[in-house]
Amino acid sequence: MTRDPLGRAPLLILVPAALAVVVLLLPLVVMVGSTDLPGLLDQLRTETARQALWLSVSTSTVAMLIALVLGLPLAWVLARLRFRGRSLLRALIVVPMVLPPVVAGIALRTAFGRSGTIGEPLLDATGFAFPYTTWGVVLAHVFVAMPFVVISIEGALRAAGSEYDAAAATLGASRWTTFRRVTVPLALPGIVAGMVLGWARSLGEFGATITFNGNYPGTTQTMPTLIYVTRQADTDAALALSLVMLVVSVSVLFALRERWLGVGTT
Amino acid sequence: MIRKPLATVLALGLLVPLAACGDDDDDNGGDGGGGTSELMVLGAASLTDVFEELGATFEPDYDAKVTFSFGSSTDLAGQVADGAPGDVLATADQTSMTVAEDAGVTGDVETFATNVLVIVTPPDNPAGIQTLDDLGDATWIRCADEVPCGRAALGVLEDNGVTAEPASLEEDVRATLDKVISGEADAGLVYATDAVAADDSVNTIEIPGAESQLTSYFVTTLEQSEDSDLAQEWVDLVLSDEGQQVLEDAGFGAP
Amino acid sequence: MSGLEVDVTVPGRVTVALTAEPGEVLAVIGPNGAGKTSLLGAVAGLVAAEGTVRLNGRELGPLPVRERGVGVVFQDKLLFPHLSALENVAFGLRSSGVPRPEARATALQWLDRLGIGELAGRRPKELSGGQAQRVAIARALAQHPDVLLLDEPFAGLDVGVAAGLRIELTRHLASYDGITLLVTHDAIDALTLADRVLVIDDGVVAQVGTPGDVAARPRTEHVARLVGLNVIRQGDVFRCFAPGAVTVSLARPEGSARNLWRGTVLSAAPHGDAIRLLVAAGPELIADVTPVATRELGLEPGREVWLSVKETAVDTYSLTPEEPDKVRP
Repeated sequence: MTRDPLGRAPLLILVPAALAVVVLLLPLVVMVGSTDLPGLLDQLRTETARQALWLSVSTSTVAMLIALVLGLPLAWVLARLRFRGRSLLRALIVVPMVLPPVVAGIALRTAFGRSGTIGEPLLDATGFAFPYTTWGVVLAHVFVAMPFVVISIEGALRAAGSEYDAAAATLGASRWTTFRRVTVPLALPGIVAGMVLGWARSLGEFGATITFNGNYPGTTQTMPTLIYVTRQADTDAALALSLVMLVVSVSVLFALRERWLGVGTT
Repeated sequence: MIRKPLATVLALGLLVPLAACGDDDDDNGGDGGGGTSELMVLGAASLTDVFEELGATFEPDYDAKVTFSFGSSTDLAGQVADGAPGDVLATADQTSMTVAEDAGVTGDVETFATNVLVIVTPPDNPAGIQTLDDLGDATWIRCADEVPCGRAALGVLEDNGVTAEPASLEEDVRATLDKVISGEADAGLVYATDAVAADDSVNTIEIPGAESQLTSYFVTTLEQSEDSDLAQEWVDLVLSDEGQQVLEDAGFGAP
Repeated sequence: MSGLEVDVTVPGRVTVALTAEPGEVLAVIGPNGAGKTSLLGAVAGLVAAEGTVRLNGRELGPLPVRERGVGVVFQDKLLFPHLSALENVAFGLRSSGVPRPEARATALQWLDRLGIGELAGRRPKELSGGQAQRVAIARALAQHPDVLLLDEPFAGLDVGVAAGLRIELTRHLASYDGITLLVTHDAIDALTLADRVLVIDDGVVAQVGTPGDVAARPRTEHVARLVGLNVIRQGDVFRCFAPGAVTVSLARPEGSARNLWRGTVLSAAPHGDAIRLLVAAGPELIADVTPVATRELGLEPGREVWLSVKETAVDTYSLTPEEPDKVRP
């Protein structure tokens, strides 16, 4: 091991850090240890498990993309424009992030449910309602994940600073050109980090989805929901499913490990 | 060198609150002057209203404080099997109770009530449901197969030859009821007791022949009870005429 | 009417009125914090300012930055880190709608003109200070701005690199037909590159003139120091004398009390063949003495000395008619 020229890391830092690792990893390690591999593979083979996994991954990905398309402009507005009520807006945007997921689900239902303020007219007019549909799952995921995306990207935009925007302006670039060719490329690491965060949050989303969309295999039964209902009947199966989800999440996050640390790690 | 004492003080400071958390176990009815006893009752979610009502009479009669923990029978049985604290366990199905029995934490297990499924719709019955056969044209929901209410529903639907699929399989009966009350579903299959509890917020439709799929409720004292006499008093109350009347008023059937 | 007319106030920073003709290079000098960068910001539109900025008869005030036709070489260069040198230079052209191949060709020409054509594919972080500065200059000039603003273009460069760049810039500015405002705190820049010099001190214009005028008859301590002269101001009258004309003695000399000061030596450093002393004598004065005299008289920091200068060696001048209301009393 090469010596760190700044000296050895202080114990006062290493000990709490080690404790943090234990707290975070011990439950996962024990869970992995308690599952048997054949059980895991059996679960993977069932139609319900594969349906739920596919649903989780696809809805999270779609939700992440929607959150990007809507969230990036919002982050830009919050980072670059000055207007009255900006701090209030930012505080409100973060609210879905701190709401207990079930409360988020209730909020979504009140607005977009079949008898909701927007949902009911929508149902009467088009025959479509979000609850019990896969698009409803996407909506719930967007609702809970977008604050993460917005806040991450806003942070990245602020850190990148607006001096380059000024330079672009002196070179005759319109604000849109500057956004496209300067701001976004420079903030890209932070944007990607925000997207990954949003995706991860979507993948784990449960409370809002089950309250707003219910649970039906193939349509609205995401992996977390499947694990929840399976647990009522067969704990071992639930454990195996949990492990499947753990493996998928860790693999994706690990594959993106260079990308989601955000600003400052180019 | 001056920093070392600071670090020590900080470390000690963090330990003090942890040390202070150690002494919960000695306050059960021992502080002079005859303090109230405590009873912890773990019950299936559908027993919420009924048990709370029984608790209101129990507390003054026995000078006790009753704490309830309502939830899914599976969860509760699993908890007590692991040795979680509690005095009484009441489940909505045999399977969960068996889990507890197998773990050796139960006393005498008695069945004390039954429940049947009914159809509930929002008060104005927007989809015009009258029988199970009408479900196919509506947006309806029931409990998931993994919970007792869901298994009962499966049985009822099969008995009546209904093949329509629900829009959602809810995680418990309260969630099902909640969606019907709020108008998110045109109809739902819930217990009769839930329909009674919901009163005017739903329109109830009985299912002929639903008695063939009875859900039975079981109650027992727990080995880990700290006051087994008091626990037995509760079980006795539930089985007594008074208790049975309360159960009947709530929509439960006889055991 | 062609040319640049500026009469602005950047609140809390600087108040300036200036004019410049097309093709002219106007150096803006002054101590740090005087307001030079704020002035550039006001002309570019990056800084909020009250007053007027008129370019070739057009009022720039209501125009956003991108429509002003002002090219800026920033103090931090601000080359886009994610673009190559070539793409940086082509940026302004492409923003005004020039198709990509054409823009890149023009950009390459500019890089060649500045002698760094072979660095076209490099990213800014792969360039040295001097190279990056050349790219920044090319980038600003490539879009043919009406006004070119340079903010401390040689700051942070090696003396040798800066010298080379200075010569090249002289050449480019000679063929540039727009107006150049060059902000610097280095006298050499002003004297070699500029047609005229504007001295800003403490938020106001202290002096305007050709480099020669300003250097010979400085009206501010700052410029006096830059060019190595002593300047004492009394009311509207300035009295200027060279360090070499100052006599340093330990005892009070004979002569007119008007040109006599008593003070303490603050520092003594070699300056060419002489030793230059900085003396706190009421005003801070510089005096050149021979190394021999320094030793014999023991002229080191802390020493009490008398300074005197012959009246004939003193150049006396006062404010010119254009200056009165812009110069601090």
